[in-house]
Amino acid sequence: MTIDWSWIGEHIGELASLTLSHLEAAMTAVLLGLVLSLPLAVLAHRVRPLRGFLLGASNVLFTIPSIAVFVLLLPVSGLTRTTTVIGLTVYTLVVLLRNTVEGLESVPARTKEAARAMGTRPLRTLLAVEFPLALPVIMAGVRIATVMSISLVSVATYIGDGGLGQLFTDGFQRDFPTPVIAGVVLTLLLAVVADAVLVAVEYALTPWRRSRA
Amino acid sequence: MYALVVDLARWLTSGSQWTGPDGIGHRLAEHLQYSLLATLIAAAIGLPVGLLIGHTGRGAFLAINLASFGRALPTVGLVVLVFLAGGLSMLPVYVALVALAVPAIVTNTHAGMTAVDPDVKDAARGQGMRGHQVLFKVELPLALPLIMTGLRLALIQVVATATIAAYVSFGGLGRYVFDGLAQRDLVQVLGGAVLVAVVAIVLDVVLSTLQRVFALPHQRSGARRSAPTGTA
Repeated sequence: MTIDWSWIGEHIGELASLTLSHLEAAMTAVLLGLVLSLPLAVLAHRVRPLRGFLLGASNVLFTIPSIAVFVLLLPVSGLTRTTTVIGLTVYTLVVLLRNTVEGLESVPARTKEAARAMGTRPLRTLLAVEFPLALPVIMAGVRIATVMSISLVSVATYIGDGGLGQLFTDGFQRDFPTPVIAGVVLTLLLAVVADAVLVAVEYALTPWRRSRA
Repeated sequence: MYALVVDLARWLTSGSQWTGPDGIGHRLAEHLQYSLLATLIAAAIGLPVGLLIGHTGRGAFLAINLASFGRALPTVGLVVLVFLAGGLSMLPVYVALVALAVPAIVTNTHAGMTAVDPDVKDAARGQGMRGHQVLFKVELPLALPLIMTGLRLALIQVVATATIAAYVSFGGLGRYVFDGLAQRDLVQVLGGAVLVAVVAIVLDVVLSTLQRVFALPHQRSGARRSAPTGTA
């Protein structure tokens, strides 16, 4: 199995646009997942009985195979980018929700009491004390969800989307390995780069953790 | 939408759909066969590696990074790649499924081993146990719950992904998904997807129940209350 470098040279533009489309699908899903998980996690954290229900429900969703999720969405949103993004979002929820709840739970009760004693209002305590302290655990979830989504986008190639995954179907149908190798390598690269960027983001967002290191 | 659900229910429950070489019964058996064999091979590779890394404390970096590598690896690409390299056989499917399952097994086994209290290991050594005795009589039993979790996660992922065997012209429940997509038969596609999801969920429930039943007494939740106190 040899790589046809001239094919890569001729298709560099296409590879770039597929990579961008791939990244866009994964990032939209993670952002949507965050937007959904943050309030749900606060709810699960505050209302005890809901905690088991919400975490259990996200676990069940995670058990459903990704190809099945995409296919089950077809009657709702058809062969579109929307289907890809909704499907991926469902998967990010299990990691993001669990980590956000665990992050909120890791905030020491004393810190919250101190905030209350200083007259900080509940909403401000949540935004200025609890979320920042929960950030390392939440960011760990964001990193896992991002890498997972980047890998899963390819599955959406079966419903006509899939970013770099299109290179897999293309190579398969033409019995031509070069696009497949390019797709696998670019997906792995994208995951590594995205993960490194998130580590940098976490570093920038948590200045108070640096002095200790 | 309603008509679709009715058609789907009819597809799933009609007797003729369940029998014959293209019937659900046969496809289900194929799917389980692929999944179980791949998970067994992955366990044969992943368990010793995870135990060794956990026991010696060397290569922890590998165990942790293997997890993110496994998460990032696009399974579809891997199947197609091995298929193009090796030709028409089940090999590509097994390679991809095993590659998917090994990281989950290694990292969970390693996590279970590192969670064992170092004092307990010291005590075992202090009693004159040898390295392999500490590993098999102390560390392994204590790490078992997390090891089982790794195997369960691996099997669930493999069941979900075994769908792609049909993409490279083999059987399993994925047959309905890909044939349905090719024939623009939405009911068949949805039927296949529902079946795969049900198999994954049922296996998950069965395995987590087994895990609870076979847990050591102190690992069961609430066992602390019923445990005898001060046996000395």
